Amino acid sequence: MARYFWALFSFGSLCLLSLMVGVIDLTADVKAWQVLVTSRLPRTIAVVITGAGLAICGAIMQMLVRNRFVEPMTAGTGQGTALGILLVTLFVPQASLFVKMALASVTALCTSIGFLAIVRRLPPTQPLLVPLVGIIYGGIIGAGVTFVAYQADLLQYLDVWMNGEFSGVLQGRYELLWIAAVVTTISYFAADQFAIVCMGRVASVNLGLNYERVVLIGLVVVSVVTSLTVVTVGMIPFIGLVVPNIVSRLYGDNLRATLPYIAIIGASFVLISDILGRVLHYPYEIPVGTVFGIIGTLVFLWLLYAPRRHGA
Amino acid sequence: MARNRLLTLGVALVLCMLGYMTLGAQGGWGFILPFRGAKLAALLLVSLAIPTSTVLFQTITQNRILTPAIMGFDALYVLVVTTLVFTLGGQEYVRLPAMGQFALHVILLMIASFLLFGTLLGQMRQDVVRMILTGIIFGVLFRSITSFLQRMIDPNEYAMIQVSSYARFSRIETELPLIGAALTAVSMIFAWRMRHRLDVLELGHDVAINLGETPRRITLQALVIVAALVSVSTALVGPIVFLGLLVVSLAHLLVPAARHAVLVPCSILICGITLVGGQAVLERVLGLSTPLSVVIDLLGGVVFLALLLRRMAK
Repeated sequence: MARYFWALFSFGSLCLLSLMVGVIDLTADVKAWQVLVTSRLPRTIAVVITGAGLAICGAIMQMLVRNRFVEPMTAGTGQGTALGILLVTLFVPQASLFVKMALASVTALCTSIGFLAIVRRLPPTQPLLVPLVGIIYGGIIGAGVTFVAYQADLLQYLDVWMNGEFSGVLQGRYELLWIAAVVTTISYFAADQFAIVCMGRVASVNLGLNYERVVLIGLVVVSVVTSLTVVTVGMIPFIGLVVPNIVSRLYGDNLRATLPYIAIIGASFVLISDILGRVLHYPYEIPVGTVFGIIGTLVFLWLLYAPRRHGA
Repeated sequence: MARNRLLTLGVALVLCMLGYMTLGAQGGWGFILPFRGAKLAALLLVSLAIPTSTVLFQTITQNRILTPAIMGFDALYVLVVTTLVFTLGGQEYVRLPAMGQFALHVILLMIASFLLFGTLLGQMRQDVVRMILTGIIFGVLFRSITSFLQRMIDPNEYAMIQVSSYARFSRIETELPLIGAALTAVSMIFAWRMRHRLDVLELGHDVAINLGETPRRITLQALVIVAALVSVSTALVGPIVFLGLLVVSLAHLLVPAARHAVLVPCSILICGITLVGGQAVLERVLGLSTPLSVVIDLLGGVVFLALLLRRMAK
């Protein structure tokens, strides 16, 4: 319980800090309230939803694929979203943001299903192949997207979605993320099912689970949350990979018990990266994806080389 | 059999070179030949550097999936260049002669790769999963630090780094090939002299020791050559992730179980055909504006995935 309290406490402090950091000094300005409501608060909320959502997506994806080293942003789902956005821009440029997002989710789902289909053909004795194939699969789709974007002169346009950052988040421009928040929350109720899926098809069917349906639900959750994040703030790789692994080390693998930790730690990581990105090159900003690329990889290397404590 | 295949590949490469030099030529040959010739020379240099470094790297790591590009060597090179500009400042950096700049890059890359990979490669045989992941993560880390530093750098100075940060084959630095050619030539001579020792190393760590080879020493020597060759290729055309993997996998298919004396030339020829032929087709025949590196990453990825899945299905 004490652990839970400290996790929530530090998360709360980070949120407060995120509200306070910025170019406009809140204590000096008379329009402080307006700044807070139209810019700081939406930004902080967007950061929290993104961090928690991506971390949980990573955990679900790892359960579905039964491998610790995959995450949606590097295994084709993120690139699938970019593909969807590109196709919509090319063929239905007048579509509303909501339609764009819906179509991007569909392509993200298709690419995720494709990834799962490939993974199932891989031998279970070779766990390293899964992340490797995922990265190459994502790379192929990414290269395809770049190819089309190059021909259509849309490379710069696409760049906005390829690099995640929160500087564009204002009131009225991030609300789609609330759908991601709802979807992520709903997925919590299926946590036990995902944990069973992780035991494999035979074990799941034995336990009376509709295996294919749960896998499909998981993929839909992952695709919707990923594509909403990419459409609103852009790609932020590695959160889905690093956070579930840390939580698994600290608190074990009971998904229903650990999902709240995954959400809180994921949100905290992105909060820290976003605050650092705003402070380090003040008054300019460094994209959160870049900052987290450094933090996330260092943490991951530490995870990889620090001996795992058993029974913790 | 291997000899015939090498000959066929050689003929194909010559045809590609002819096509590259002559297709769609308009205007005086006095202009076209030196203009295209310089670019062709650079492409051929890269075709020497990338496959050789990839084969050496795969032999010392005893693994056919890892390549220097996947392990983040290219990214490390870009990081070294960026760090130099960041710490020295653009003015100081420009004052160095091109030769000095490049020498500095190569030396720094060698030191950095020694520090990072020299210690890691020793653990390779114990845990391949960890090693591959470490490499991929290093690549991401280098790219993130690079883009972090690039954000902090003055935009004017950024233009200097931009050249080496993106892969391109159509617009190649013209000053570098001479220095690059010299460095490549030296590296290739050393690599060629190592070919039998590399064959021994490929038999495995314990067998190599039994046969009187010191795996640690040859690993470090090979690492120096890899660092030099990666510097040349990245400085000339920028990072291309899948090229080395693609051409060496194809070479393994064409000349299975070959020694280094056959495998290396074979991958070099395949790489030359891919780059020169690909560039000729893309630029002159299809008239596409997309860089070849994107197409290579696309095709290389697909081929690699297909190879992997087919091998697993057996």
